[in-house]
Amino acid sequence: MNAPRLHKFLEERSGFFIFGVLFVSMLGGLAQIVPSLFDGELARPAENLRPLGALELAGREVYIRESCALCHTQQVRPFVAEVRRYGAHSRAEEFVYDRPFLWGSKRTGPDLHRVGGKYSDEWHRAHLINPRAVVPSSIMPAYPWLENTPADSGAVQSLLFALEKINGAREKGGALRAGEELRGKTEMDALIAYLQSLGKSAEGRRR
Amino acid sequence: MAQAAIDAQTVSGAAVPARVLPKYESAVVNAFIGMTVLWAVFGMSAGVWLAAEMVWPVLNFDLPWLTFGRLRTVHTNSVVFGFGGSALIGTSFYVVQRTCRARLFAPGLSWMVFWGWQIGLLFGMATLFMGINTGKEYAELEWPLDIAIALVWVAYGIVFFGTIARRKIRPIYVANWFYGALIIVVAMLHIVNSAEMPVTAFKSFPLYAGSRDAIVQWWYGHNAVGFFLTGGFLGMMYYFLPKQAGNPTWSYRLSIASFWGFVFTYIWAGPHHLHYSAIPDWVQNLGMVMSIVLLLPSWGTMINGVMTLSGAWAKAARDPGLRFTALALAFYGLATFEGPMLAIKSVNAISHYTEWTVGHVHSGALGWNAFITFGALYFLVPAVSGRKLHSLRAANIHFFLALAGVGVYILSMWGAGVTQGLLWLSLDENGEVKYSFAEVMRAIEPYYLARFFGGVLFLAGALLMAWNFLMTAFPNDEEGEK
Repeated sequence: MNAPRLHKFLEERSGFFIFGVLFVSMLGGLAQIVPSLFDGELARPAENLRPLGALELAGREVYIRESCALCHTQQVRPFVAEVRRYGAHSRAEEFVYDRPFLWGSKRTGPDLHRVGGKYSDEWHRAHLINPRAVVPSSIMPAYPWLENTPADSGAVQSLLFALEKINGAREKGGALRAGEELRGKTEMDALIAYLQSLGKSAEGRRR
Repeated sequence: MAQAAIDAQTVSGAAVPARVLPKYESAVVNAFIGMTVLWAVFGMSAGVWLAAEMVWPVLNFDLPWLTFGRLRTVHTNSVVFGFGGSALIGTSFYVVQRTCRARLFAPGLSWMVFWGWQIGLLFGMATLFMGINTGKEYAELEWPLDIAIALVWVAYGIVFFGTIARRKIRPIYVANWFYGALIIVVAMLHIVNSAEMPVTAFKSFPLYAGSRDAIVQWWYGHNAVGFFLTGGFLGMMYYFLPKQAGNPTWSYRLSIASFWGFVFTYIWAGPHHLHYSAIPDWVQNLGMVMSIVLLLPSWGTMINGVMTLSGAWAKAARDPGLRFTALALAFYGLATFEGPMLAIKSVNAISHYTEWTVGHVHSGALGWNAFITFGALYFLVPAVSGRKLHSLRAANIHFFLALAGVGVYILSMWGAGVTQGLLWLSLDENGEVKYSFAEVMRAIEPYYLARFFGGVLFLAGALLMAWNFLMTAFPNDEEGEK
């Protein structure tokens, strides 16, 4: 049966047509996604990669809530200029605990994958309260309210429990200490702790 | 050829005596048309506000719900799923009845699709304003809404394919292949990408982590563009273009080749969103090659559309609706050429993460999706209301505002994107980074301002259209009643 005849067969039988489209459109995903699910390299953590602590995780949730990833990538490409500007290029082994991944797709602001330790906590605080006080040409929104919002320890605790379960965390019990770790902390503290945690797992590795 | 005969019938309703035609469901179509216009105005206004925030950051007003991050999610979801989704579902209900010569299957269920979609979107917008989101682009809504969307989508499929099943004409018309592919493939994408573990009522973790999550997400993200914003709208094109031009679809064979080529190839192109990232090289390279192959079915469809238009150019000069449709096809050709080019790794090294991508998306979203929808609406609103368009002049002005708007938008984003891409990668004679990030930001400020004005023009045109449709459907003088 030649191609137009085959199409004519499908076109006159809607049930076959539905399965035809489903089958043909499935192939690409089967070829590209399924191998990655069996590729152990994509799930093997970097040697000194540790899952986020309670305060850092609370900060990551703020980062997701405010959609920071829409303007800041966390993915340094292996180009000389990028490595010079941001630091060592990003590797799969550094993201194995990231749910969801936050690589982003656009750099309205700079990449943040290696931002941890680059600036002081005080710089971040001043910058988040009013970005233009620190970087005059910045167009980033200000986030002063984070300073007045306490970090939600109850929510973070349940997130930590879930993550320990789903990631198969090496050391358990972090969730139980969440309340203690978040006592008296604001969302600002949490977000800064998260930013300072970023990209540390590449330390000691040559680019 | 059988298809040509159907096309001819589709084009000139006169080929079939009126008494043979069933009574079509129209109220639900009208409701979707109304919401299409409403979501266009809302979503595009949000877009213009975002463009203004990028020029004058003070417009964030330190209000959490109005900050760029939250409003952008509201913008993309309201234009893609509100404006685009309402247009697709509404027109597919209109088209499937006429091309099957059958009344809509399960009209009650079709109303559930309408209310489910609109109320779902309303909750969606509310949660996005509150900052409740999954963090995955174009799949931001959290798990309770994911489930609701899946249910509504299944209901949509039942209504659509139920109507196909009771068709009076044996072959299924081209437009319905594309609408059908939209329904089937988007269901698959949504279910696979939304595989997540709920933690609380408004928080879930995806079952995939890190690089795997990235591969799944961009398989979804790219094909949401592919099957929602391309496939679905091609369905619209294959009905309204022949109808407005008064010509049957040019080539049945080309329709077949480009349809199956499109369904097969699009799915493979997702990894070009992840070039040079921490996913395996072979996945990136395969994505690049298939993205270039994708040019063939895309341009096959475009050529089919352009040839269908041949001989109807004089008509386009008089009919702003047809002009929108024809120009949409040109933008479709532009965007589907630019896409494969941007997917080439060496080009992508410059364009990725820059405003160029934003410009590319908008040449598709404004030039293709919005234009083809405007074209269909200028045909539909008079057709379903049974009245002449209130103001032809306003429609002509809308056309030029929209064209100027999208032109300014794309040109400014090309300028900004190429500037960013080249300056970011520049090294000085010592091999150090030549320009600081802040310096590059300052260099693109004028383009941001230009883009804002482009957006204002486009929005102004859409507002004019909304007013024109209101006056057409609900005339406030006796004269309009004729």
